[in-house]
Amino acid sequence: MSATATLVIRRGAPGEPRREDAWEVPFEPGQSVLDGLRWIRARRDPTLAIRYSCTNANSCKECMVRIEGKTVYACMERLREGTTRIDPLPNKKLLRDLVTEIAPPDERLGG
Amino acid sequence: MALAQHLAADVLVIGSGGAGMYAALEAARQGRSVILADRSLIGRGGATVMAQMTVAVALEECGDHPDHHYADTLAAGRGLCDPAMARLLCDEGPARIREMDAWGVGWAKEGDRFKCAFAPGHDRARCVYVDFLNTGPAVSKTLRAQLNRVPEIRRVGDLLVTALQLREGACVGASALHLSSGEPVSLAAGATVLATGGLTRLYRRNSASANMMGDGYALALAAGAELIDMEFVQFFPIGHLAPRLVGMDPIMWDPFRYKLGGRLLNGRREEFIHRYGSKDEGRYVVTRDIATYAIVKEAAAGRGSPHGGAWLSFEHCTAAELRAAGGPVIDRLAANGIDLTKQAIEVAPIAHYHMGGVRVDAAMATRVPGLYAAGEAVGGANGANRLSGNALTEALVFGCVAGKSAAKHARRHASRADASVFGAEKKRLLQGRAVRDFNPAAMLEELQALMQDEVGPFRTQAGLERALGRLRALRTELPALKPAAGTAYDTALADWLDLGTMTRVGECVAAAALARTESRGAHQREDFPAMDPQWAFNQALSLEGDALRLESSAAPA
Repeated sequence: MSATATLVIRRGAPGEPRREDAWEVPFEPGQSVLDGLRWIRARRDPTLAIRYSCTNANSCKECMVRIEGKTVYACMERLREGTTRIDPLPNKKLLRDLVTEIAPPDERLGG
Repeated sequence: MALAQHLAADVLVIGSGGAGMYAALEAARQGRSVILADRSLIGRGGATVMAQMTVAVALEECGDHPDHHYADTLAAGRGLCDPAMARLLCDEGPARIREMDAWGVGWAKEGDRFKCAFAPGHDRARCVYVDFLNTGPAVSKTLRAQLNRVPEIRRVGDLLVTALQLREGACVGASALHLSSGEPVSLAAGATVLATGGLTRLYRRNSASANMMGDGYALALAAGAELIDMEFVQFFPIGHLAPRLVGMDPIMWDPFRYKLGGRLLNGRREEFIHRYGSKDEGRYVVTRDIATYAIVKEAAAGRGSPHGGAWLSFEHCTAAELRAAGGPVIDRLAANGIDLTKQAIEVAPIAHYHMGGVRVDAAMATRVPGLYAAGEAVGGANGANRLSGNALTEALVFGCVAGKSAAKHARRHASRADASVFGAEKKRLLQGRAVRDFNPAAMLEELQALMQDEVGPFRTQAGLERALGRLRALRTELPALKPAAGTAYDTALADWLDLGTMTRVGECVAAAALARTESRGAHQREDFPAMDPQWAFNQALSLEGDALRLESSAAPA
């Protein structure tokens, strides 16, 4: 039997008005928040920006976000029933939605 | 902040897994300036960082010789290995593994001696590794540390390369979309190395990074290079299936198998591998192609595990044995509610590696002047089925050779920026519009399901024809749906670009698989179940206009 999580996500890019979107995401127990974000992209809004490479293996360390005020990897947090708040990292430059500039400065193009 | 729209270096390396990082290091060691570009972070994506254990290498102190490794590689390849490529992999492996050792990767050792693990398909214990389940991350970290020490290498992340730049038939660099700004960028280079890895993201169940969907194959093909052995996609037989784990790589059971054997059981808890021409008996000896076949067939016969795979059991092992083999991984399993002394887990085949790829010679040169390839992006060394442990060896060895060859070419061909070549690609990227009711992420999932179902471990003529029809239809839909570049971190545009790559590369796999009317290694046809000696040759693909041209190449000597 599948359960439902409500993900409340901070959206937008620098210079745009802040906004929040909320989506109901069905899940099987054990699924990760990253699974939920990927579900939203494929079924609700493909413009939701997230960053990941390894997809749930916790190898690439790219999916770092803020969940309920704590900095975590989205692939390591489990979806749960009720409302979960997801924000971009507060101490990194925002690119869009949940994606921030986490590359070392000397691996960026300009700036 | 002004963005640098035009970059230039002697050598451009596209992709920063093991092969790309090694190529960059070697090109710099030869005195060339290098741009190392990756579509995400440097040295984080790709397959290398995901590798959990074995690196096959014939070390003298382990009583081994490259000849033995070579013989096993050819046998695993089911008659289709390119002998020169396989030879290179085996002969140069020890030098690369020792260089990594000197760089402090931390290979598992007893005193000064390398610990070598036995892996299926090898005639002796031949695989070095880094504990615990840490080979890939350690290799990536070591190469990243080396990169940081070389100022001649400019590392640039978030660059999605969309086309190679050609002038008079030669490759003179690439055009890319800078994802974090949304701006097109030109990368001029005297020589270019494709190190973009394989294509496993084409499949719904895969063990690779989201950035491995055959970018290098599509780029090479469009530039005039050939692809070879595209029908051979290796499915890793025991990818994790259930219960759901978070933060674990699905190929995580491999190291446990190497160290402890483990038992593969069907849904009735019976051993079954022996019914398919191999054996299990609690030892890890069955090769990947046979294990994949056995697990899928057993499940199809109604004897699968609850989620449609097989059971893998370590219940006969003591807690101490499991701790010695898995170290802290045992704690990560406990956090996921799994105690291996009390329960078996479910496994099933998962797309893992691609034997085929860009056709190169032993210097890693394609037939396009100035264009080289390395690592999994290259086809040939592994024929129809890759021997376990050869992927990282291939990444390091071929990366090093490609870096050297590209450096040599660049010494004679200085990078020369060409505004007109870049201009056309820039215009294409910036064109487009917002399309409502189009979800490229959904289309991408559809494509992955199509590939899994029709172009997966078992294939038929009807299924392959259905796949080709659908892939070509998706491809014709794409131009009208293009989002315009110019937006920071536009994931819908990235998906759209990936769909262009994936429809093309999927078509390559399906077309080659349809033509090969036999079963060999990782290519299994339900309608042609036997291996046919008449088919002991490779197939090559090239582009004529927008159409694929498939031809059989001479049989390897």
